[in-house]
Amino acid sequence: MAPRTESPWARFRAEFAESRLAMAGLALLVVILALGILAPVISPQNPYDLAQLDVMDSRLAPGEKSADGRTYWLGTDDQGRDMLSGIFYGLRISLGVGVASTVFALAIGLVFGLVAAYFGGWVDTIIMRVVDIQLSFPAILIALILLAVLGQGVDKIVIALVTVQWAYYARTVRSSALVERQKEYVEAARVLALGQARIVFRHLLPNCLPPLIVVATVQVAHAIALEATLSFLGLGLPITEPSLGLLISNGFQYLLSGKYWISFYPGVALLLTIMAINLVADQLRDILNPRLRK
Amino acid sequence: MLAYAIRRFGQSLFVLVLMSFIVFVGVYAIGNPVELLVNPQADEVERARATAALGLDKPFLEQYWVFLKGAASGDLGRSFVYNVPALDLILDKLPATIELAFVAMVIAIALGIPLGLVAGLKPDSAIGRGIMAGSILGFSLPTFWVGLVLIMVFSVQLGWLPSNGRGDTLAVAGIPVSFLTADGLAHIAMPAVNLALFKLSLLIRLTRAGTREAVLQDYVKFARAKGLPQSRVIGVHVLKNILIPIVTVIGLELGSVIAFAIVTESIFAWPGTGKLLIDSINQLDRPVIVAYLLVIVTLFIVINFVVDVLYSMLDPRVRLGGAAASH
Amino acid sequence: MRAAPLLAVDGLRMHFFTKAGVVKAVDGVSFTVGRGEILGLVGESGSGKSMTGYSIIGLVDPPGRIVGGSIVFDGQDLTRLDAAAWRAVRGNRIAMIFQDPMMTLNPVLRIDTQIVEAVRAHADVSRESALARAREALVRVGIASPDERLRAYPHQFSGGMRQRVAIAIALVNGPDLIIADEPTTALDVTIQGQILFEMQKVCRESGTALIWITHDLSVVAGLADEVCVMYAGRFVESGPVADVLDRPLHPYSRGLIESVPSRNARGQPLRQIPGMTPSLLGLGAGCPFRERCASATARCAESPEVTEPAPGRRLRCFHPAH
Repeated sequence: MAPRTESPWARFRAEFAESRLAMAGLALLVVILALGILAPVISPQNPYDLAQLDVMDSRLAPGEKSADGRTYWLGTDDQGRDMLSGIFYGLRISLGVGVASTVFALAIGLVFGLVAAYFGGWVDTIIMRVVDIQLSFPAILIALILLAVLGQGVDKIVIALVTVQWAYYARTVRSSALVERQKEYVEAARVLALGQARIVFRHLLPNCLPPLIVVATVQVAHAIALEATLSFLGLGLPITEPSLGLLISNGFQYLLSGKYWISFYPGVALLLTIMAINLVADQLRDILNPRLRK
Repeated sequence: MLAYAIRRFGQSLFVLVLMSFIVFVGVYAIGNPVELLVNPQADEVERARATAALGLDKPFLEQYWVFLKGAASGDLGRSFVYNVPALDLILDKLPATIELAFVAMVIAIALGIPLGLVAGLKPDSAIGRGIMAGSILGFSLPTFWVGLVLIMVFSVQLGWLPSNGRGDTLAVAGIPVSFLTADGLAHIAMPAVNLALFKLSLLIRLTRAGTREAVLQDYVKFARAKGLPQSRVIGVHVLKNILIPIVTVIGLELGSVIAFAIVTESIFAWPGTGKLLIDSINQLDRPVIVAYLLVIVTLFIVINFVVDVLYSMLDPRVRLGGAAASH
Repeated sequence: MRAAPLLAVDGLRMHFFTKAGVVKAVDGVSFTVGRGEILGLVGESGSGKSMTGYSIIGLVDPPGRIVGGSIVFDGQDLTRLDAAAWRAVRGNRIAMIFQDPMMTLNPVLRIDTQIVEAVRAHADVSRESALARAREALVRVGIASPDERLRAYPHQFSGGMRQRVAIAIALVNGPDLIIADEPTTALDVTIQGQILFEMQKVCRESGTALIWITHDLSVVAGLADEVCVMYAGRFVESGPVADVLDRPLHPYSRGLIESVPSRNARGQPLRQIPGMTPSLLGLGAGCPFRERCASATARCAESPEVTEPAPGRRLRCFHPAH
């Protein structure tokens, strides 16, 4: 192999770019993120502003024009809401909920995983037993029960998603931290009498990051899908803040009468979002997994 | 072996009691079911009578104790809504859910393992890449949305398959099943495919990864050096080794299929436990929710045990506990 | 001159076509093996000796491909066979034993399954008679109580025992040739000796030819009739084992022999070959050893032809030692 002298970051980018599929996924993800963030700016209509909605325009097919001559490219729903705008705003909420729950779950899982790995003993046993029991139940079941108890709302669904996700991070962090802990440099740091917090955060943490990044990317996609599913079942977000799942749920009742677009297009947006994240995650896993390294 | 089984049983019982408490605490916190059940015009006296009739006036711990005593004798309380034993309600719906989960799992296994093998043996070929792309798609497709698309295409556009219900059933050993009648098959086709899709993608990936690792092993090369036909090298030497992790995952996923059936049952109005759970949550039918969860937890525990047994049957190193190894 | 050899490898070239470029793992290797003869194929790791073995038995996987030369076995050129015909030879007339016995037996199949399938892949016999052959093969490699062993799984065996089982599997169809790819390197020294002895004995008894691939010259000295030395995928020299070890002609073989500790030279510092094995990726023309060779001249930038400096000796060098 020819010696490589570029920085790790440059090599990382070069390896990522090796897969055209992953680059397509990344490009798609950037577009979706931009659409979500810029939703209030680029949407033709504010779908939450009832004053902008016209019941006369309800359930128009894609491409039909409104009474005042605007074109609804993706049609309208039962309240005369422009589906395109609804999808942009829905993306905003879905992405927001997915990212927020991942960040919180990651932070909580990171702390518990590091604590379990660093202290070992009964602390480790208790934390990991809780993780094991929780992971033996499907996430959707736990989230469903939690939401049934907590009720609807953005904060509630973030709590539910964090609850089902933290255990994945805790387990990932613990296992890679345990491997790192055995290594000589951690021993050396102990001998140098560096503070415990310093050992954990300056030495263990950076080495747990690669697997954590992979898990986090996958989990964002899971969180978004789970939120959409729960909202579809009527247990997630309130009707006033429609995420993609809720838009799909709204259209379900009109599906049998052939008015497919109300459910179909938000579903396509959801699919593209999850797929873009999964493509990026797959490539990240291949790059960051030392076992597959050539 | 016996000691192991007893220890496993003890652990399972502990998990079950723990879960029952967590579930009971959780479900207890859900709004007041009396509000939903009594006539809105009812006066305080009538409300109090309804509350007392449901046992909701007692302190929480006492309610739990009553519940626990009942549970030990198979009584998980009566449904607030239907006024029948909650357990009966669950057990009545359970065959439909298990049948759906089972058919879905069969579809996932029957397609997933062969496709995964092909993709693993020829990872760089067009077909291998195609299968992988399909599995990424399958992973990304939200289950409920696929259900809607299936209905849209096969029920609304083409009119081939019914969009809801279970259709005609035939009783086998007293348990009604759908897959033995034409009408039943037509009804179960879409929900089962819908439920299978995610597991199918998972199995493809798992089989592919296992195959790619196995074909590099010396024992595969040695098997080929013996002049065995390719079919035997793949079908016995590779498959039997990759089956070990696959069986584990299939077992674990069986539980999640039953859980995910909640979504599929809601879409296709499949009269199983999942639909019952969602209805019960919406109607605050507490005993049914608790009973559902306990039945599901018990089912999980049983499945895990069966998987362990299967696992040891497949892997001789586990069966003999490694103690017989003479190095 | 003897009768036609059992195996004649001539100018064999096997290359890997990787993304980074072409790796010439085997690039011009020739030798012959007579019936019942033992050939030691010697080289360092990466010299292409194992890949030569895989080429002969037809187990080269993509991106590797045989790109030139011939492998004539008992009158037919194996490189021209289709997959089915090659499979009929493999395990039947040519068998192979691998380096690490812990990895070569399938961990989830019983020993009887693994031997019986080898028998039945080539002979249309009942399971019972296949089992009888299996039992016989185990006895031949010195395994006591074969019936009990047949019902066991590989993990119940030690490394040495597993290698005996692998040898029994190789022997079970009575092959004309066995390719043994460093089958003793992963074993304890005492076990190594036993396996070597056993191998030599069975091959002599049954008249089976053997190609023993190794990096260990001392093993070859006691075992082989002929020796063939390889370096960086290329043929270096060959000849009767005593001749080559006593009077190596190629500077590389000489360096290899001098770097082996010996009783006669006790107390003296070991000689080393300076430098490192070159990368096979994009290795150009010329003698690949010239960078490390004390005798090298400008002429070595061309590839030397194979010459026959003495009867039975073959060499590929411009500057042989005298």
